[in-house]
Amino acid sequence: MSGHSYDAEKYWKANLRLIFGSLIIWALCSYGFAILLRPMLAGIPVGGTDLGFWFAQQGSILVFMALIFFYAWRMNKIDEQFGVREE
Amino acid sequence: MSQFAINLIFVGGSFLIYILIAIWAKAGSTSDFYVAGGGVHPVTNGMAIGADWMSAASFISMAGLIAANGYSASTFLMGWTGGYVLLAMLLAPYLRKFGKFTVPEFIGDRYYSANARLVAVICLIVASVTYVIGQMAGAGVAFSRFLEVDATTGLMIAAVVVFIYAVLGGMKGITYTQVAQYIVLIVAYTIPAVFISLQLTGNPIPGLGMFSTHLDSGMPLLDKLNQIVVDLGFNEYTADVDNKLNMVLFTLSLMIGTAGLPHVIIRFFTVPKVSDARWSAGWALVFIAILYLTAPAVASMARLNLMTTIYPEGTSAQPILYEERPQWIRTWEQTGLITYEDKNNDGRIQIYNGANTEFQETTATERGWNGNEMVVNNDILVLANPEIANLPGWVIGLIAAGGLAAALSTAAGLLLAISSAVSHDLIKGRFNPNISEKGELMAARIAMALSIAVATWLGANPPGFAAQVVALAFGIAAASLFPALMMGIFSKRVNNVGAISGMLAGLGFTLVYIFVYKGWFFIPGTNMLPDNAANWVLGISPLSIGAIGALVNFAVAFGVSNATEEPPVEIQELVESVRYPRGAGQAQDH
Repeated sequence: MSGHSYDAEKYWKANLRLIFGSLIIWALCSYGFAILLRPMLAGIPVGGTDLGFWFAQQGSILVFMALIFFYAWRMNKIDEQFGVREE
Repeated sequence: MSQFAINLIFVGGSFLIYILIAIWAKAGSTSDFYVAGGGVHPVTNGMAIGADWMSAASFISMAGLIAANGYSASTFLMGWTGGYVLLAMLLAPYLRKFGKFTVPEFIGDRYYSANARLVAVICLIVASVTYVIGQMAGAGVAFSRFLEVDATTGLMIAAVVVFIYAVLGGMKGITYTQVAQYIVLIVAYTIPAVFISLQLTGNPIPGLGMFSTHLDSGMPLLDKLNQIVVDLGFNEYTADVDNKLNMVLFTLSLMIGTAGLPHVIIRFFTVPKVSDARWSAGWALVFIAILYLTAPAVASMARLNLMTTIYPEGTSAQPILYEERPQWIRTWEQTGLITYEDKNNDGRIQIYNGANTEFQETTATERGWNGNEMVVNNDILVLANPEIANLPGWVIGLIAAGGLAAALSTAAGLLLAISSAVSHDLIKGRFNPNISEKGELMAARIAMALSIAVATWLGANPPGFAAQVVALAFGIAAASLFPALMMGIFSKRVNNVGAISGMLAGLGFTLVYIFVYKGWFFIPGTNMLPDNAANWVLGISPLSIGAIGALVNFAVAFGVSNATEEPPVEIQELVESVRYPRGAGQAQDH
């Protein structure tokens, strides 16, 4: 990797940015909507209860799944772009 | 055909499949034994991780906990799934790139210290052993309920089956049996849920059914449930919690703990490439989510079914007579998991919240109720679910096989993590580095056999603190292993002294907080403060302390590392190399 140290650094920065963005959504949908912000979402009804309850028991899990697949897909693109993809 | 014969066919049939797979997938090398030769497809691996992760606690206990506690138990749903996001982004791909066999091996190499490796081995063994006791005990319960043998005999049968496929096949045998076990457990879990959802709401997907209309009352199902439980003096099912800080920290502890549990992490060493490790985490969560999205529906519907069974004419009318109770109550009374006491001598079953003094002094007194008369153990909810909904006998047989699959698959994964730490990290890494591959494979098999013996013994004689130590397993994984692994990848500056002091500080802090409330080493009566919300520091329960322990670990590790010298150049290059996927190769020995 020593010959590409500049690119390597940019690759790692791109990865960190992607992780940071994903974890913000991860936290927002679980700790945010499902727990701390639930009183603020109490006005939005979902099937006999409120949006916060739905996020706590269904929504957050669906978001987690989507996030991992999004991350895997984006990272594979970034791997290719920076030429660090496995042979 | 009797129910006993049906159960026997389902359980016996599933065991036969596991043994046939074991014979087919015999391990020939240490690489086969530790990481299944590193050639497992990411979807297959995802399914195996699902079975590995979903234990007796997920299968049997979780829905019961949610049914009893409603919204506040959402912590388990989010905590035990959200950890996979951390695994996929912060640990799995880089540890796969590192390409060794065990978790302590990474910690030992990255922190260039045999002592760091030893601390990691101890954390791994304590966390995994505490976890495995619950699995073996759960298998014993499932056997005694469904096959009418006593729990110890049941446990012996389970131990022999695990012995055959784990000792013979190692990770390779375990991985492929776990795929079969996943299928058994997920079918067993979802079939009754689909039937019940159809009965109550007409919607075949339970996760959607719980948010739709209850056919009998025409109200939204959760509204109906709220109304019934409030009429009986309970809190609303969907009620918000006051102590948000504790809920956040508990969820965070479970997430970080999930990501730091070694038996899950080592699964990512079995796939061929770094990109496969990322996909594996996604597939694992898909397979886990099928159960986790169904569990809250099982919980709310079972609570509703239970209440309408007891109060068929509505909560304002009389409950049923004890003499006319349904068959499933009679069956479970024999196990002692349902108990009844006719406190007001009217021959009826009053179930309500007797601990609610205001309700007791008003409504309950007016109706002549002298206290709650029937106690239903949370753990029977999933197992009794098919009987409560009057489903046919083969569904009950399926549930028996499913519960056993959940317990055995997790036990096997944990046993592999323990035995590889003993044979690879202790025997080869510390005492006999020149051991031949054949010798190491033999040592791994002996370590596995011994682990099974110890786990079976502990499962048959569970220490009184078995239920409390689950908090310990997650606390240790969250406060010691996860931060050390993450810093090893994301920081080049953290050195050997920093990592060891961080792990010991995080671990020590977490253990002391748990012991202060739960008793020193869980010995009853030695707790220094009563274990209730009024005495917890800032309202943080001992179950939630792992998240703070992780913070302590990070802070100490960074502080100490910055005050001492940088890691050597070759270690910084090692950190650099795990960050880039190219050149991953197969998981291999030194």
